[in-house]
Amino acid sequence: MKKSKSLLLMIAIVLVIGTVLAGCGSNNANNGNNAAATNNATATDNAGTNTGNTGDEKLAADQTLRINLSAEPPTFDPAQAQDSQANTVLKTMYEGLTRMNDETGQAEPGIAEKWDVSADGLVYTFHLRDAVWSNGDPVEAADFVRAWKRVLDPNTDPTAPYAYQLYYLKNGEEYYTKKVTDFNEVGVKAVDAKTLEVTLKAPTPYFLGLLSFYTYYPVHKSVEGNAKWATSKDTMITNGAFTLTEWTTGQSLQVTKNEKYWDAASIKLSKIDFSLVNSGATELLSYKNGELDRAGGPTGEIPTDQIPIVSKELPNEFVRKGIASVYYYEFNITEKPFDNAKIRKALAMTVNRQVLIDNVTLGGQLPAYGFVPPGIAGANGEYRTAVKDSYFTEDAEAAKALLAEGLKEEGLDKLPTVTLSYNTSEGHKKIALAIADMWKNALGIDVQTVNQEWAVFIENRQNLNYQIARAGWTADYNDPMTFLDMWVTGGGNNDTGYANPEYDKLINEAKASSDLAARQEMFAKAEKMLIEDDMILIPLYYYTNNSLTKEYLKGVTLDFSGAIDLTRGYLLEH
Amino acid sequence: MGMVRYVANKLFYMLVSLFVLISATFFLMKAIPGDPFTSEKKVPPEIKARLYEQYGLDKPLYHQYFKYLGDIAQGDLGVSMKRLNQDVTHLIGQTFSASLKLGVVAIIVSVIVGVFLGMIAALYHRKFIDSAAMVLAVLGIAVPSFVVASVLQYVLAYKFHWVPVSGFKGPIYYILPVAALSAQPIAFIARLTRSSMLEVLHADYIKTAKAKGLSWAAILSRHVLRNGILPVVTYLGPMTANVVTGSVVIEQIFGIGGIGKQFVEAIGVRDYTVIMGITIFYGVLLMLARFITDIAYVFVDPRIKLTGGKEG
Repeated sequence: MKKSKSLLLMIAIVLVIGTVLAGCGSNNANNGNNAAATNNATATDNAGTNTGNTGDEKLAADQTLRINLSAEPPTFDPAQAQDSQANTVLKTMYEGLTRMNDETGQAEPGIAEKWDVSADGLVYTFHLRDAVWSNGDPVEAADFVRAWKRVLDPNTDPTAPYAYQLYYLKNGEEYYTKKVTDFNEVGVKAVDAKTLEVTLKAPTPYFLGLLSFYTYYPVHKSVEGNAKWATSKDTMITNGAFTLTEWTTGQSLQVTKNEKYWDAASIKLSKIDFSLVNSGATELLSYKNGELDRAGGPTGEIPTDQIPIVSKELPNEFVRKGIASVYYYEFNITEKPFDNAKIRKALAMTVNRQVLIDNVTLGGQLPAYGFVPPGIAGANGEYRTAVKDSYFTEDAEAAKALLAEGLKEEGLDKLPTVTLSYNTSEGHKKIALAIADMWKNALGIDVQTVNQEWAVFIENRQNLNYQIARAGWTADYNDPMTFLDMWVTGGGNNDTGYANPEYDKLINEAKASSDLAARQEMFAKAEKMLIEDDMILIPLYYYTNNSLTKEYLKGVTLDFSGAIDLTRGYLLEH
Repeated sequence: MGMVRYVANKLFYMLVSLFVLISATFFLMKAIPGDPFTSEKKVPPEIKARLYEQYGLDKPLYHQYFKYLGDIAQGDLGVSMKRLNQDVTHLIGQTFSASLKLGVVAIIVSVIVGVFLGMIAALYHRKFIDSAAMVLAVLGIAVPSFVVASVLQYVLAYKFHWVPVSGFKGPIYYILPVAALSAQPIAFIARLTRSSMLEVLHADYIKTAKAKGLSWAAILSRHVLRNGILPVVTYLGPMTANVVTGSVVIEQIFGIGGIGKQFVEAIGVRDYTVIMGITIFYGVLLMLARFITDIAYVFVDPRIKLTGGKEG
């Protein structure tokens, strides 16, 4: 009797707790809405205060910017850096010869005050301003020569993975491959302490922009003979707006304003605190809770399913910006059935990109029908504005006919099951499933989606061990070349097996040319070949960067590629 | 004398296990596709070749293996291949200290709360408190820690603003991760304590003690608790090892620079030296934890014989 009573009691408790928990579940949704309402109210309040403030933008007393990085930069050595997180932090710690103006996408003076370019576009003479390192030493031409030599020297330990970013210099590649052993023959020379002369292999219209990239940053002479200089904040002498003052592995970073920076007067932030949380959900919650001043890309992320919600909840804080990256599916064109361009085109034409964006990717991305994204500079304004990406249209009927033709040429009556590979990620998976479904419905193709761990996936793709694979490409510099030269025969990143001598010829001609209009023409032709004629890949969308910025945070900018510049940020009273 | 032999024997097996662990991990790790220099933007072949050369990856596998064994024998775990020029030992030290701090607090909380709950449940056997405690325990075991973490984060940090959402900068930052991390051990310890205490409470020697006229408090502390807590001691070893090696999920959700997070990251980018270093470190830690448990058991329970595995 007693036993059954306690059993009853227990069941009752479980039920009660269950209901409470379930209640929590639905409450969450309700609370979400409530939160939305309150947040909207505060947002309007903020907006109100802001308008009051715009007249005499009052700075907050505490100029500490708090932001999250979803991954810790693996290194703070400019020669060794390879990723966007390192870029974010290094940009605050160093300054190159030029700085990228995020509004115009053009380079503006940095450590170099002015420069002269020879008529043939090959020789650049930079005149350095009176800038100093964080320890007071003057920044001199020799610091650049030293830095670039470290990058190009195959004996640097470890060797710079991005050494090829300096192959633009005359004899740069030759020096790395030891065809030239005397560094004096490489195209960089300190004429005197404040004059740097750079000689290029070929005219490179975007070279000034490249100089703002971290591989081109100068390094202080103390790095010589100290292989571990970049592993401790105490041995890093830098020349940028901030210096690294705190570093707890896997947890947090902090940079503090460098009072010796030449333009210290325009730096308003006193500190930037970086947390290192690899969870979009936590980041968003921290932001909403006022523990972060900015959330989302490119430093962190907002969970995809939350994007539509926060864009409505926090309209004054939500910012969406197109960035120069493209998401696409590439074909292994060396194997049947995708050696046939008609079959490839049929697949490209049956993806409904807008449906995909509205229901799956949710980030307001732009449908892509070409390979060069908007935001990349052309001869006159943006390349994409001058050269429309109207290389094909979504048309299921025409696609069916094309597929039938293609199959006939291949001697098949039905396409065998095709495999579509992607690297493990919820986002890639959803896209793959949606597209497989579109192909099934429109063309009756059976698609097997294959999920692979990242490094396994990359290796398979690079070894052409796939049929269709997901890929993405981000601009390295502001020129269509960064998207088009990868598809030349045997190109390191050409994972499709594409080999078209005509295409190679166009790219080589563009590389040798300094005539902007002629180059644009060549790029347009090349891109048409790539997409309209050969369709070696299916462009899906051009990326957008989605972020949330508190209304009191100003002056933080993103450049064309989505790289963030925090140095000129400031906080208003709030 | 038995003790010395016992310890020597255990140590010998630990060394053998460690060697097997190192070898198996080394070859398995090398067997997975990809290497530290795999990247979406491919590094040109001449640069990749140079990197391989510098890290000795161009040598035959057996060569790399014996070189690694040689380095290990000298206590050198090498430098990270991804976190350039950082010593593996330093990385382990830094990240482990965070996991350890969090882990120790979580263990203390788990043991105190768990034993307390279990005791209460056993003393009020089949009463309401017992059932309530056991329902809590079932929930604690059944709900995964990341769910506990997210719910706590949402409620305590976001709704009530009592604690920060994430970070690890001071005592207040411990509350959420410790709660999430100890939910499961608390539940487990509570159940263990309850069942073993119930068993003890009905044992003859308790009746004897009562008959002798010992006070209830004395019986509880001297007999019931000491015997009832034995299974908890056994569980404590593996649990300590488990908790201080860092919970990847908890560390990720709360942005704590712990060793678990570091380990998973290293595997993702194929940072060979860090993978090996942390594996060895985990191995040693786990074996030591077991070893100490075994020794502790001998002291707590005289029935355990040192000479062999036979039941006493």
